[in-house]
Amino acid sequence: MSTTPTVTSTGTRASRIMGIAALVGIGWLLMFGLVLSPEDVNQGNYARLLYIHVPSAWLAYLSFFVTAMASALYLWKRTRSAAWDRVAGASAEIGVVFTGLALITGMVWGKAVWGVYWTWDARLTSTALLFVLFLGYLAIRQLDAPPDVTAKRAAIAGLIAFVDVPIVHQSVQWWRTLHQEASVLRQDLKVEMDGLMLFSLFVGVVAFSLVYVWLMLHRTRVGAMEQALDDKGLELAIAERHAEAGLTPADPVAAGAVVDGGH
Amino acid sequence: MLRAARLVASKDLRIEARSRVATNQVLPFAFLVLVLFAFALDPDRGVLRKAAPGLFWITVLFTLVLGVQRSVSIETEDGASDALRLSGLEPAGVFLGKAGALAVQLAVLELVLGVGVAVLYDAGTPGAGVLLALAAGVAATIGLAAAGTLYGALSAGQRVRETLLPLLLLPVVAPVLIGATRSFEAALGTSGASTADGWPWVGLLTVFGLAYSAMGLLAFGPLLEDA
Repeated sequence: MSTTPTVTSTGTRASRIMGIAALVGIGWLLMFGLVLSPEDVNQGNYARLLYIHVPSAWLAYLSFFVTAMASALYLWKRTRSAAWDRVAGASAEIGVVFTGLALITGMVWGKAVWGVYWTWDARLTSTALLFVLFLGYLAIRQLDAPPDVTAKRAAIAGLIAFVDVPIVHQSVQWWRTLHQEASVLRQDLKVEMDGLMLFSLFVGVVAFSLVYVWLMLHRTRVGAMEQALDDKGLELAIAERHAEAGLTPADPVAAGAVVDGGH
Repeated sequence: MLRAARLVASKDLRIEARSRVATNQVLPFAFLVLVLFAFALDPDRGVLRKAAPGLFWITVLFTLVLGVQRSVSIETEDGASDALRLSGLEPAGVFLGKAGALAVQLAVLELVLGVGVAVLYDAGTPGAGVLLALAAGVAATIGLAAAGTLYGALSAGQRVRETLLPLLLLPVVAPVLIGATRSFEAALGTSGASTADGWPWVGLLTVFGLAYSAMGLLAFGPLLEDA
């Protein structure tokens, strides 16, 4: 296992720039989604929900893909590092949030456009199952086992869940299909989407991706700090007790503990 | 590896045969679920008959959770997991053995449940589709046993196992529920399905079974190390 770098803040120059970029992206999305893009001919203003729904779904799939890759890298002995475990965990947490967001915005949109909140179509069902699968994954991460045991089990579970997704998808695909096919990219349909609407959707995907990167930077660093706290917590506690007992830093034991704790 | 698998499987089955937990508690539970379904659904309007394949497999899934918990607790009680590790048996063999024992128990359960469903729900018997029902049953059982054993090991030794296992296992085996239910419907001819509609599902069940067997064989080594 790698040594844990001591981090004192989750913000760095890079993450601040990324944060500002994400904010600007969200501002752009608001402007394009709510003001500049026209109403949809059939769906009216409800179409604007899609500027959040589609990027959320994109982030959901992206983050679960990252979790699976990071899990694989953790399991492979040559690249095993606690950092990959943190990446996998952070990405899964973000993924669960955005899967939930995609499901909720989809339901609101569905009620308005399809007339029902929920239909048992293939993509809805497999997304709901994906949501539960990764809640289970996060539950494994909460286990009170030694960190490397939990990390190993979580990595296996993350990888299995990822392998399960195509099987789940195929099964519900055969089971029933109603969802609009991913239509924007299909050439044969010659979808005529307003240029501005398409661009707004694109802005949404970019803005959400920036948010994802920003959240990942901070969440993995929080993870590193949590680990550092676990590692150093005992030493710090000893130093604190020493301080309470009125031992001066000149005291060799207390001084040693404080210096250790500072790194 | 196969010798290790045979050893572990026969050990598990012998324990089940002697402890009688499977016959005295798990089987009656499955029967009880069948009766509960009849209470929940109107038995007079043919609802039960139409839903019989799905209800059958849901009962199997519920019982699977119990079976996996049994299979795991055998290994965690009395320091048995240490003994298993010290025995030097190949982890892949241990996986095959435990999954095999679970599959045998599931198969017995399915046979008994099948009779129960046919009698209680008036579900009829597969005439021409008997081969399809058999193939689907075998493929589904292998998949369930492999996934169950794998997830049993993943959640082993944890204080929250009882609640964690269903959360992990049930969404994963959802494709088996769908596939096996559709195959049984096709075999029985309910809801207008023909036998030919069922075979692609058997293919899907087989893929699931193979995928989870492969993952179990690979993952059981690292999982046993720190069980």
